[in-house]
Amino acid sequence: MSALALEGVRKSFGANEVLRGIDLALEEEEVVCLIGASGSGKSTLLRCVNLLEPLDAGRILLHGEEITRRGVEVNRIRQRIGIVFQAFNLFPHMTVLRNVMLGPREALKLPRGEAEARALELLGRFGLADRRDEYPDRLSGGQQQRVAIVRALAMRPQLLLLDEVTSALDPELVGEVLNVIRELAEGGMTMLIATHEMGFAREVASRVCFLDAGLILEEGPPDAIFSHPTEARTRQFLERIVQAGRL
Amino acid sequence: MASEGDRRPDLEVEARRSRLLGGLSLEAEGARGVAIALLSTAVFVTVVVVAISQSPGWPEVHRVFFSWDDIRGTFPEIARAFVLNVKIFVVCEVFILVFALLIAVLRSLPGPVFFPLRALAIIYTDLARGVPTILVIALLGFGAPALQLEGVPTSRVFWAGVGLVLIYSGYVAEVYRAGIESVHPSQEAAARSLGLSRAQALRFVILPQAVRRVIPPLLNDFIGLQKDTALVGTLGVIEAFNQSQIDANASFTFGSYLAAAVLFVAITIPLARFTDVLIARDRRRRQASGAFA
Repeated sequence: MSALALEGVRKSFGANEVLRGIDLALEEEEVVCLIGASGSGKSTLLRCVNLLEPLDAGRILLHGEEITRRGVEVNRIRQRIGIVFQAFNLFPHMTVLRNVMLGPREALKLPRGEAEARALELLGRFGLADRRDEYPDRLSGGQQQRVAIVRALAMRPQLLLLDEVTSALDPELVGEVLNVIRELAEGGMTMLIATHEMGFAREVASRVCFLDAGLILEEGPPDAIFSHPTEARTRQFLERIVQAGRL
Repeated sequence: MASEGDRRPDLEVEARRSRLLGGLSLEAEGARGVAIALLSTAVFVTVVVVAISQSPGWPEVHRVFFSWDDIRGTFPEIARAFVLNVKIFVVCEVFILVFALLIAVLRSLPGPVFFPLRALAIIYTDLARGVPTILVIALLGFGAPALQLEGVPTSRVFWAGVGLVLIYSGYVAEVYRAGIESVHPSQEAAARSLGLSRAQALRFVILPQAVRRVIPPLLNDFIGLQKDTALVGTLGVIEAFNQSQIDANASFTFGSYLAAAVLFVAITIPLARFTDVLIARDRRRRQASGAFA
Protein backbone atom coordinates (compact mmCIF):
# COMPACT_ATOMS: atom_id res chain seq x y z
CA MET A 1 0.00 0.00 0.00
CA SER A 2 1.37 3.38 -1.00
CA ALA A 3 1.89 6.15 1.51
CA LEU A 4 0.22 8.48 -0.96
CA ALA A 5 -1.59 7.73 -4.20
CA LEU A 6 -3.10 10.15 -6.70
CA GLU A 7 -5.46 8.71 -9.29
CA GLY A 8 -6.63 10.75 -12.26
CA VAL A 9 -6.50 14.04 -10.35
CA ARG A 10 -7.98 16.97 -12.25
CA LYS A 11 -8.33 20.57 -11.18
CA SER A 12 -9.43 23.70 -13.02
CA PHE A 13 -9.56 27.33 -12.03
CA GLY A 14 -12.34 28.67 -14.23
CA ALA A 15 -11.53 27.82 -17.82
CA ASN A 16 -7.90 27.11 -16.97
CA GLU A 17 -7.32 23.40 -16.41
CA VAL A 18 -4.24 23.28 -14.18
CA LEU A 19 -4.11 19.54 -13.49
CA ARG A 20 -5.21 17.29 -16.35
CA GLY A 21 -5.18 13.82 -14.89
CA ILE A 22 -2.31 13.20 -12.48
CA ASP A 23 -1.42 9.64 -11.45
CA LEU A 24 1.31 9.39 -8.87
CA ALA A 25 2.21 7.08 -6.00
CA LEU A 26 4.71 7.55 -3.18
CA GLU A 27 5.97 4.65 -1.12
CA GLU A 28 6.79 4.98 2.57
CA GLU A 29 10.03 6.97 3.13
CA GLU A 30 10.18 7.95 -0.51
CA VAL A 31 11.21 11.46 -1.58
CA VAL A 32 9.65 12.56 -4.86
CA CYS A 33 10.58 15.85 -6.48
CA LEU A 34 8.23 17.66 -8.84
CA ILE A 35 10.01 19.79 -11.41
CA GLY A 36 8.60 21.86 -14.23
CA ALA A 37 8.09 25.42 -15.38
CA SER A 38 6.09 27.94 -13.37
CA GLY A 39 2.42 27.31 -14.03
CA SER A 40 2.90 23.63 -14.76
CA GLY A 41 0.73 22.74 -11.76
CA LYS A 42 3.28 21.81 -9.06
CA SER A 43 1.89 24.06 -6.34
CA THR A 44 -1.72 23.25 -7.20
CA LEU A 45 -0.90 19.54 -6.97
CA LEU A 46 0.49 19.99 -3.44
CA ARG A 47 -2.44 22.14 -2.38
CA CYS A 48 -4.82 19.45 -3.63
CA VAL A 49 -3.05 16.77 -1.60
CA ASN A 50 -3.40 18.97 1.50
CA LEU A 51 -7.11 19.42 0.65
CA LEU A 52 -6.62 23.17 0.44
CA GLU A 53 -8.13 22.89 -3.06
CA PRO A 54 -11.05 20.57 -3.84
CA LEU A 55 -10.58 18.21 -6.79
CA ASP A 56 -12.71 18.32 -9.93
CA ALA A 57 -12.10 14.64 -10.65
CA GLY A 58 -9.99 11.73 -9.46
CA ARG A 59 -9.11 10.72 -5.94
CA ILE A 60 -6.26 10.83 -3.46
CA LEU A 61 -5.43 8.06 -0.98
CA LEU A 62 -3.32 8.42 2.14
CA HIS A 63 -2.13 5.03 3.37
CA GLY A 64 -5.03 3.46 1.53
CA GLU A 65 -7.68 5.79 2.97
CA GLU A 66 -9.44 7.90 0.38
CA ILE A 67 -9.09 11.46 1.69
CA THR A 68 -11.00 13.12 -1.14
CA ARG A 69 -14.30 11.34 -0.59
CA ARG A 70 -17.34 13.27 0.55
CA GLY A 71 -17.81 13.81 4.26
CA VAL A 72 -14.18 13.14 5.17
CA GLU A 73 -12.95 15.04 8.23
CA VAL A 74 -10.53 17.39 6.51
CA ASN A 75 -9.07 18.70 9.75
CA ARG A 76 -8.13 15.21 10.88
CA ILE A 77 -6.57 14.45 7.47
CA ARG A 78 -4.57 17.68 7.41
CA GLN A 79 -3.08 16.79 10.81
CA ARG A 80 -1.40 13.87 9.05
CA ILE A 81 -0.08 15.89 6.10
CA GLY A 82 2.37 18.72 6.71
CA ILE A 83 2.91 21.47 4.16
CA VAL A 84 5.56 24.16 3.98
CA PHE A 85 4.91 27.16 1.75
CA GLN A 86 7.18 29.24 -0.46
CA ALA A 87 6.40 32.39 1.55
CA PHE A 88 6.82 30.68 4.98
CA ASN A 89 3.37 31.89 6.15
CA LEU A 90 4.43 32.00 9.79
CA PHE A 91 1.98 33.67 12.15
CA PRO A 92 3.53 37.13 12.67
CA HIS A 93 1.74 37.84 15.96
CA MET A 94 3.13 34.75 17.68
CA THR A 95 6.61 33.95 18.91
CA VAL A 96 8.52 31.11 17.27
CA LEU A 97 7.57 28.78 20.11
CA ARG A 98 3.86 29.62 19.91
CA ASN A 99 3.93 29.22 16.11
CA VAL A 100 5.23 25.70 16.56
CA MET A 101 2.94 24.87 19.48
CA LEU A 102 -0.33 26.08 17.93
CA GLY A 103 -1.06 22.95 15.89
CA PRO A 104 -0.23 20.42 18.63
CA ARG A 105 -2.13 22.44 21.22
CA GLU A 106 -5.29 23.28 19.29
CA ALA A 107 -5.58 20.60 16.60
CA LEU A 108 -4.11 17.63 18.47
CA LYS A 109 -5.29 18.93 21.87
CA LEU A 110 -1.99 18.04 23.53
CA PRO A 111 -1.45 19.35 27.07
CA ARG A 112 0.66 22.52 27.19
CA GLY A 113 3.69 20.82 28.71
CA GLU A 114 3.75 18.07 26.14
CA ALA A 115 3.27 20.45 23.21
CA GLU A 116 6.03 22.69 24.52
CA ALA A 117 8.44 19.81 25.05
CA ARG A 118 7.79 18.59 21.52
CA ALA A 119 8.30 22.08 20.08
CA LEU A 120 11.50 22.71 22.02
CA GLU A 121 12.93 19.36 21.06
CA LEU A 122 12.40 20.10 17.36
CA LEU A 123 13.62 23.70 17.59
CA GLY A 124 16.74 22.43 19.32
CA ARG A 125 17.33 19.80 16.67
CA PHE A 126 17.28 22.39 13.91
CA GLY A 127 19.39 24.98 15.71
CA LEU A 128 16.54 27.33 16.56
CA ALA A 129 16.35 26.86 20.34
CA ASP A 130 17.72 30.34 21.05
CA ARG A 131 15.07 31.88 18.77
CA ARG A 132 12.09 30.47 20.64
CA ASP A 133 10.90 33.82 22.01
CA GLU A 134 11.54 35.89 18.86
CA TYR A 135 8.78 37.05 16.56
CA PRO A 136 9.08 35.83 12.96
CA ASP A 137 9.92 39.27 11.54
CA ARG A 138 13.08 39.32 13.66
CA LEU A 139 14.41 36.22 11.89
CA SER A 140 16.22 35.83 8.59
CA GLY A 141 14.35 34.21 5.73
CA GLY A 142 16.27 30.98 6.20
CA GLN A 143 15.43 30.88 9.89
CA GLN A 144 11.78 31.63 9.17
CA GLN A 145 11.57 28.80 6.69
CA ARG A 146 13.23 26.42 9.16
CA VAL A 147 10.66 27.44 11.77
CA ALA A 148 7.91 26.77 9.21
CA ILE A 149 9.32 23.29 8.64
CA VAL A 150 9.51 22.69 12.40
CA ARG A 151 5.92 23.91 12.73
CA ALA A 152 4.81 21.30 10.20
CA LEU A 153 6.94 18.59 11.85
CA ALA A 154 5.49 19.28 15.28
CA MET A 155 2.28 17.63 14.06
CA ARG A 156 4.29 14.41 13.43
CA PRO A 157 2.91 14.18 9.88
CA GLN A 158 3.01 10.96 7.88
CA LEU A 159 3.75 12.98 4.77
CA LEU A 160 5.45 16.32 4.23
CA LEU A 161 4.71 18.56 1.25
CA LEU A 162 7.27 21.24 0.38
CA ASP A 163 6.17 23.94 -2.05
CA GLU A 164 9.26 25.65 -3.52
CA VAL A 165 10.48 26.34 -0.01
CA THR A 166 13.72 27.99 -1.10
CA SER A 167 12.36 30.17 -3.92
CA ALA A 168 11.77 33.21 -1.70
CA LEU A 169 15.18 33.02 -0.04
CA ASP A 170 18.36 34.95 -0.70
CA PRO A 171 20.89 32.62 -2.35
CA GLU A 172 23.15 32.48 0.71
CA LEU A 173 20.25 31.28 2.89
CA VAL A 174 19.15 28.43 0.62
CA GLY A 175 21.75 26.01 1.96
CA GLU A 176 20.59 25.97 5.58
CA VAL A 177 17.03 25.10 4.50
CA LEU A 178 18.18 22.40 2.07
CA ASN A 179 20.28 20.90 4.88
CA VAL A 180 17.16 20.53 6.98
CA ILE A 181 15.32 18.77 4.17
CA ARG A 182 18.32 16.53 3.52
CA GLU A 183 18.32 15.55 7.19
CA LEU A 184 14.60 14.76 7.03
CA ALA A 185 15.12 12.62 3.94
CA GLU A 186 17.85 10.67 5.71
CA GLY A 187 15.51 10.26 8.68
CA GLY A 188 12.99 8.52 6.46
CA MET A 189 10.36 11.25 6.09
CA THR A 190 8.04 10.68 3.15
CA MET A 191 8.14 13.89 1.12
CA LEU A 192 6.64 15.35 -2.02
CA ILE A 193 8.74 18.34 -3.02
CA ALA A 194 8.05 20.97 -5.66
CA THR A 195 11.37 22.62 -6.40
CA HIS A 196 13.47 24.66 -8.80
CA GLU A 197 16.70 23.49 -7.14
CA MET A 198 17.68 20.89 -9.71
CA GLY A 199 20.98 20.00 -8.08
CA PHE A 200 19.20 19.37 -4.83
CA ALA A 201 16.46 17.34 -6.52
CA ARG A 202 19.07 15.20 -8.17
CA GLU A 203 20.79 14.54 -4.87
CA VAL A 204 17.88 13.99 -2.52
CA ALA A 205 15.06 12.56 -4.66
CA SER A 206 14.39 8.89 -5.05
CA ARG A 207 12.25 9.81 -8.02
CA VAL A 208 11.76 12.94 -10.13
CA CYS A 209 8.55 13.85 -11.95
CA PHE A 210 8.56 16.40 -14.75
CA LEU A 211 5.25 18.27 -14.86
CA ASP A 212 4.22 19.94 -18.08
CA ALA A 213 0.89 21.67 -18.63
CA GLY A 214 -0.88 19.74 -15.88
CA LEU A 215 0.44 16.28 -16.71
CA ILE A 216 3.34 14.20 -15.44
CA LEU A 217 5.14 13.96 -18.74
CA GLU A 218 8.08 11.94 -17.56
CA GLU A 219 9.17 10.34 -14.30
CA GLY A 220 12.05 8.22 -13.13
CA PRO A 221 15.22 8.14 -11.04
CA PRO A 222 17.00 11.52 -10.94
CA ASP A 223 19.91 10.34 -13.07
CA ALA A 224 17.63 9.15 -15.83
CA ILE A 225 15.58 12.36 -15.88
CA PHE A 226 18.50 14.76 -15.68
CA SER A 227 21.00 12.88 -17.84
CA HIS A 228 18.85 10.99 -20.33
CA PRO A 229 15.44 12.62 -20.59
CA THR A 230 13.34 10.88 -23.23
CA GLU A 231 10.72 13.56 -23.82
CA ALA A 232 11.54 16.57 -25.98
CA ARG A 233 9.72 18.92 -23.56
CA THR A 234 11.80 17.66 -20.63
CA ARG A 235 14.99 18.24 -22.61
CA GLN A 236 13.88 21.76 -23.51
CA PHE A 237 13.06 22.57 -19.90
CA LEU A 238 16.38 21.24 -18.62
CA GLU A 239 18.29 23.10 -21.34
CA ARG A 240 16.69 26.34 -20.25
CA ILE A 241 17.62 25.58 -16.66
CA VAL A 242 21.22 24.91 -17.68
CA GLN A 243 21.31 28.15 -19.66
CA ALA A 244 20.07 30.00 -16.59
CA GLY A 245 22.97 28.48 -14.67
CA ARG A 246 20.74 26.60 -12.24
CA LEU A 247 22.05 23.09 -12.92
CA MET B 1 15.99 42.36 5.09
CA ALA B 2 17.91 45.46 5.83
CA SER B 3 21.43 45.99 7.04
CA GLU B 4 22.48 48.82 9.34
CA GLY B 5 23.31 50.91 6.27
CA ASP B 6 19.96 51.02 4.56
CA ARG B 7 17.89 51.75 7.62
CA ARG B 8 18.91 55.39 7.45
CA PRO B 9 16.78 56.34 4.43
CA ASP B 10 13.83 54.97 6.40
CA LEU B 11 14.34 57.66 9.00
CA GLU B 12 14.48 60.38 6.35
CA VAL B 13 11.37 59.05 4.71
CA GLU B 14 9.78 58.97 8.13
CA ALA B 15 10.64 62.60 8.83
CA ARG B 16 9.30 63.68 5.47
CA ARG B 17 6.14 61.69 5.98
CA SER B 18 5.46 63.15 9.41
CA ARG B 19 5.86 66.63 7.93
CA LEU B 20 3.49 65.71 5.11
CA LEU B 21 0.97 64.39 7.57
CA GLY B 22 1.17 67.64 9.50
CA GLY B 23 2.69 65.98 12.51
CA LEU B 24 3.57 68.11 15.52
CA SER B 25 7.00 66.59 15.79
CA LEU B 26 9.80 69.09 15.21
CA GLU B 27 12.70 66.80 16.02
CA ALA B 28 13.83 66.63 12.41
CA GLU B 29 13.91 70.45 12.09
CA GLY B 30 16.30 71.35 14.89
CA ALA B 31 16.42 74.58 16.92
CA ARG B 32 15.79 76.84 13.94
CA GLY B 33 12.61 74.93 13.16
CA VAL B 34 11.40 75.31 16.73
CA ALA B 35 12.01 79.08 16.62
CA ILE B 36 10.08 79.42 13.35
CA ALA B 37 7.21 77.34 14.73
CA LEU B 38 7.00 79.49 17.88
CA LEU B 39 7.05 82.73 15.91
CA SER B 40 4.42 81.67 13.39
CA THR B 41 2.18 80.38 16.19
CA ALA B 42 2.49 83.67 18.08
CA VAL B 43 1.60 85.67 14.94
CA PHE B 44 -1.34 83.40 14.18
CA VAL B 45 -2.77 83.57 17.71
CA THR B 46 -2.35 87.35 17.85
CA VAL B 47 -4.19 87.83 14.55
CA VAL B 48 -7.07 85.60 15.65
CA VAL B 49 -7.38 87.23 19.10
CA VAL B 50 -7.28 90.76 17.67
CA ALA B 51 -9.81 89.92 14.95
CA ILE B 52 -12.28 88.43 17.41
CA SER B 53 -11.93 90.98 20.20
CA GLN B 54 -12.30 93.89 17.75
CA SER B 55 -15.52 92.49 16.31
CA PRO B 56 -18.63 94.61 17.03
CA GLY B 57 -20.52 91.84 18.83
CA TRP B 58 -17.60 90.72 21.01
CA PRO B 59 -18.62 92.43 24.30
CA GLU B 60 -22.03 90.73 24.15
CA VAL B 61 -20.62 87.34 23.16
CA HIS B 62 -18.02 87.66 25.89
CA ARG B 63 -20.71 88.32 28.47
CA VAL B 64 -22.99 85.50 27.35
CA PHE B 65 -20.45 82.77 26.64
CA PHE B 66 -17.33 83.60 28.60
CA SER B 67 -18.62 84.59 31.96
CA TRP B 68 -16.06 82.99 34.23
CA ASP B 69 -18.47 82.99 37.18
CA ASP B 70 -21.01 81.22 35.04
CA ILE B 71 -18.62 78.53 33.88
CA ARG B 72 -17.27 77.96 37.36
CA GLY B 73 -20.71 78.02 38.96
CA THR B 74 -22.30 75.43 36.71
CA PHE B 75 -19.26 73.19 36.37
CA PRO B 76 -19.76 70.95 39.45
CA GLU B 77 -23.38 70.24 38.60
CA ILE B 78 -22.56 69.43 34.97
CA ALA B 79 -19.60 67.32 36.05
CA ARG B 80 -21.93 65.25 38.24
CA ALA B 81 -24.31 64.82 35.29
CA PHE B 82 -21.32 63.94 33.10
CA VAL B 83 -20.76 60.79 35.17
CA LEU B 84 -23.82 59.38 33.38
CA ASN B 85 -22.21 60.09 29.98
CA VAL B 86 -19.10 58.24 31.06
CA LYS B 87 -21.15 55.28 32.31
CA ILE B 88 -23.16 55.10 29.09
CA PHE B 89 -20.00 55.32 27.05
CA VAL B 90 -18.09 52.64 28.95
CA VAL B 91 -20.95 50.13 29.05
CA CYS B 92 -21.92 50.68 25.39
CA GLU B 93 -18.31 50.36 24.26
CA VAL B 94 -18.04 46.86 25.72
CA PHE B 95 -21.22 45.69 24.00
CA ILE B 96 -20.26 47.36 20.72
CA LEU B 97 -16.86 45.63 20.66
CA VAL B 98 -18.48 42.22 21.05
CA PHE B 99 -21.59 42.72 18.92
CA ALA B 100 -19.72 44.37 16.03
CA LEU B 101 -17.18 41.55 15.98
CA LEU B 102 -20.02 39.06 15.64
CA ILE B 103 -21.47 41.02 12.69
CA ALA B 104 -18.07 41.29 11.03
CA VAL B 105 -17.43 37.56 11.39
CA LEU B 106 -20.85 36.76 9.94
CA ARG B 107 -20.12 39.00 7.00
CA SER B 108 -16.80 37.31 6.26
CA LEU B 109 -18.18 33.75 6.27
CA PRO B 110 -17.35 32.16 2.91
CA GLY B 111 -19.43 29.94 0.68
CA PRO B 112 -23.00 29.89 -0.62
CA VAL B 113 -24.41 28.22 2.52
CA PHE B 114 -23.84 31.34 4.57
CA PHE B 115 -25.38 33.71 2.03
CA PRO B 116 -28.40 34.57 4.23
CA LEU B 117 -26.18 35.43 7.20
CA ARG B 118 -23.89 37.53 5.03
CA ALA B 119 -26.89 39.33 3.53
CA LEU B 120 -28.29 39.98 6.99
CA ALA B 121 -24.98 41.44 8.17
CA ILE B 122 -24.78 43.69 5.10
CA ILE B 123 -28.34 44.95 5.53
CA TYR B 124 -27.65 45.58 9.19
CA THR B 125 -24.48 47.61 8.66
CA ASP B 126 -26.14 49.60 5.87
CA LEU B 127 -29.11 50.48 8.05
CA ALA B 128 -27.07 51.21 11.15
CA ARG B 129 -24.87 53.61 9.25
CA GLY B 130 -27.72 55.09 7.24
CA VAL B 131 -30.16 56.15 9.97
CA PRO B 132 -29.40 59.27 12.03
CA THR B 133 -28.37 58.30 15.55
CA ILE B 134 -30.73 60.80 17.12
CA LEU B 135 -33.72 59.15 15.38
CA VAL B 136 -32.84 55.70 16.64
CA ILE B 137 -32.38 57.01 20.16
CA ALA B 138 -35.76 58.77 20.03
CA LEU B 139 -37.52 55.74 18.52
CA LEU B 140 -36.11 53.30 21.08
CA GLY B 141 -36.00 55.67 24.05
CA PHE B 142 -39.62 56.74 23.74
CA GLY B 143 -41.02 53.72 21.89
CA ALA B 144 -39.66 50.67 23.71
CA PRO B 145 -40.75 51.69 27.25
CA ALA B 146 -44.17 52.65 25.89
CA LEU B 147 -44.77 49.04 24.89
CA GLN B 148 -45.01 48.17 28.61
CA LEU B 149 -43.89 44.64 27.91
CA GLU B 150 -43.38 42.31 30.86
CA GLY B 151 -39.70 41.96 31.75
CA VAL B 152 -38.55 44.63 29.30
CA PRO B 153 -36.66 47.50 30.95
CA THR B 154 -38.49 50.82 30.89
CA SER B 155 -35.44 52.97 31.53
CA ARG B 156 -34.86 55.54 28.79
CA VAL B 157 -31.15 55.47 29.47
CA PHE B 158 -31.16 51.73 28.85
CA TRP B 159 -32.90 52.09 25.51
CA ALA B 160 -30.78 55.04 24.47
CA GLY B 161 -27.77 52.84 25.20
CA VAL B 162 -29.25 50.09 23.05
CA GLY B 163 -29.65 52.65 20.26
CA LEU B 164 -26.02 53.73 20.54
CA VAL B 165 -24.86 50.11 20.53
CA LEU B 166 -26.94 49.31 17.44
CA ILE B 167 -25.70 52.35 15.49
CA TYR B 168 -22.05 52.18 16.45
CA SER B 169 -21.87 48.43 15.92
CA GLY B 170 -22.56 49.13 12.26
CA TYR B 171 -19.48 51.36 12.00
CA VAL B 172 -17.26 49.20 14.16
CA ALA B 173 -18.27 46.04 12.28
CA GLU B 174 -17.02 47.67 9.09
CA VAL B 175 -13.74 48.54 10.79
CA TYR B 176 -13.33 44.94 11.96
CA ARG B 177 -14.20 43.68 8.48
CA ALA B 178 -11.50 45.83 6.92
CA GLY B 179 -9.08 44.29 9.42
CA ILE B 180 -10.17 40.74 8.67
CA GLU B 181 -9.86 41.30 4.94
CA SER B 182 -6.39 42.77 5.38
CA VAL B 183 -5.05 39.47 6.72
CA HIS B 184 -3.62 37.59 3.76
CA PRO B 185 -5.48 34.37 2.80
CA SER B 186 -2.19 32.48 3.09
CA GLN B 187 -2.45 32.94 6.86
CA GLU B 188 -5.70 31.02 6.91
CA ALA B 189 -4.22 28.39 4.59
CA ALA B 190 -1.28 27.96 6.98
CA ALA B 191 -3.60 27.57 9.97
CA ARG B 192 -5.92 25.15 8.18
CA SER B 193 -2.96 23.12 6.91
CA LEU B 194 -2.09 22.37 10.55
CA GLY B 195 -5.51 20.77 10.95
CA LEU B 196 -7.15 23.72 12.68
CA SER B 197 -10.85 24.20 11.99
CA ARG B 198 -12.09 27.37 10.31
CA ALA B 199 -13.27 28.69 13.68
CA GLN B 200 -9.90 27.96 15.27
CA ALA B 201 -8.08 29.65 12.40
CA LEU B 202 -10.27 32.69 12.88
CA ARG B 203 -9.75 32.76 16.62
CA PHE B 204 -6.03 32.10 16.86
CA VAL B 205 -4.65 33.45 13.58
CA ILE B 206 -6.94 35.85 11.72
CA LEU B 207 -8.74 37.87 14.40
CA PRO B 208 -5.69 38.61 16.56
CA GLN B 209 -3.93 40.10 13.53
CA ALA B 210 -7.05 41.84 12.24
CA VAL B 211 -7.90 43.52 15.55
CA ARG B 212 -4.34 44.69 16.09
CA ARG B 213 -4.37 46.45 12.74
CA VAL B 214 -7.62 48.31 13.32
CA ILE B 215 -7.06 49.58 16.86
CA PRO B 216 -6.51 53.20 15.68
CA PRO B 217 -9.74 53.40 13.64
CA LEU B 218 -11.58 51.62 16.46
CA LEU B 219 -10.47 54.28 18.91
CA ASN B 220 -11.56 56.89 16.40
CA ASP B 221 -15.08 55.53 16.47
CA PHE B 222 -15.03 55.56 20.26
CA ILE B 223 -14.16 59.22 20.31
CA GLY B 224 -17.31 59.68 18.23
CA LEU B 225 -19.29 57.55 20.67
CA GLN B 226 -18.12 59.62 23.64
CA LYS B 227 -19.50 62.74 22.00
CA ASP B 228 -22.74 61.08 20.92
CA THR B 229 -23.64 60.17 24.51
CA ALA B 230 -24.89 63.78 24.59
CA LEU B 231 -27.76 62.66 22.34
CA VAL B 232 -29.20 60.71 25.28
CA GLY B 233 -30.09 64.12 26.75
CA THR B 234 -32.73 64.56 24.04
CA LEU B 235 -34.84 61.97 25.89
CA GLY B 236 -35.04 64.26 28.90
CA VAL B 237 -32.41 62.30 30.79
CA ILE B 238 -30.15 64.52 32.86
CA GLU B 239 -26.69 64.07 31.44
CA ALA B 240 -24.01 66.68 30.85
CA PHE B 241 -25.55 68.29 27.75
CA ASN B 242 -29.08 68.41 29.13
CA GLN B 243 -27.82 69.77 32.46
CA SER B 244 -25.91 72.52 30.69
CA GLN B 245 -29.03 73.36 28.70
CA ILE B 246 -31.04 73.64 31.91
CA ASP B 247 -28.37 75.94 33.39
CA ALA B 248 -28.29 78.03 30.22
CA ASN B 249 -32.04 78.47 30.27
CA ALA B 250 -31.98 79.50 33.90
CA SER B 251 -29.27 82.15 33.53
CA PHE B 252 -29.72 83.25 29.92
CA THR B 253 -25.99 82.79 29.46
CA PHE B 254 -24.14 79.98 27.74
CA GLY B 255 -21.16 79.49 30.02
CA SER B 256 -22.60 76.13 31.02
CA TYR B 257 -22.20 74.90 27.42
CA LEU B 258 -18.52 75.72 27.63
CA ALA B 259 -18.28 73.84 30.91
CA ALA B 260 -19.84 70.78 29.26
CA ALA B 261 -17.57 71.14 26.23
CA VAL B 262 -14.52 71.21 28.50
CA LEU B 263 -15.63 67.95 30.12
CA PHE B 264 -16.09 66.19 26.79
CA VAL B 265 -12.79 67.44 25.49
CA ALA B 266 -11.09 66.31 28.70
CA ILE B 267 -11.85 62.68 27.86
CA THR B 268 -11.80 62.73 24.04
CA ILE B 269 -8.45 64.46 23.57
CA PRO B 270 -6.43 62.01 25.70
CA LEU B 271 -8.00 59.19 23.71
CA ALA B 272 -7.13 60.92 20.43
CA ARG B 273 -3.49 61.38 21.53
CA PHE B 274 -3.37 57.77 22.73
CA THR B 275 -4.56 56.73 19.26
CA ASP B 276 -1.70 58.70 17.69
CA VAL B 277 0.80 57.04 20.02
CA LEU B 278 -0.47 53.61 19.01
CA ILE B 279 -0.26 54.46 15.31
CA ALA B 280 3.29 55.75 15.73
CA ARG B 281 4.34 52.69 17.70
CA ASP B 282 2.86 50.38 15.12
CA ARG B 283 4.72 52.19 12.35
CA ARG B 284 8.00 52.01 14.27
CA ARG B 285 7.51 48.34 14.94
CA ARG B 286 6.91 47.62 11.28
CA GLN B 287 10.01 49.56 10.30
CA ALA B 288 12.19 47.92 12.90
CA SER B 289 11.05 44.55 11.60
CA GLY B 290 13.24 45.00 8.52
CA ALA B 291 16.39 44.46 10.55
CA PHE B 292 17.16 41.37 12.56
CA ALA B 293 18.81 41.38 15.91
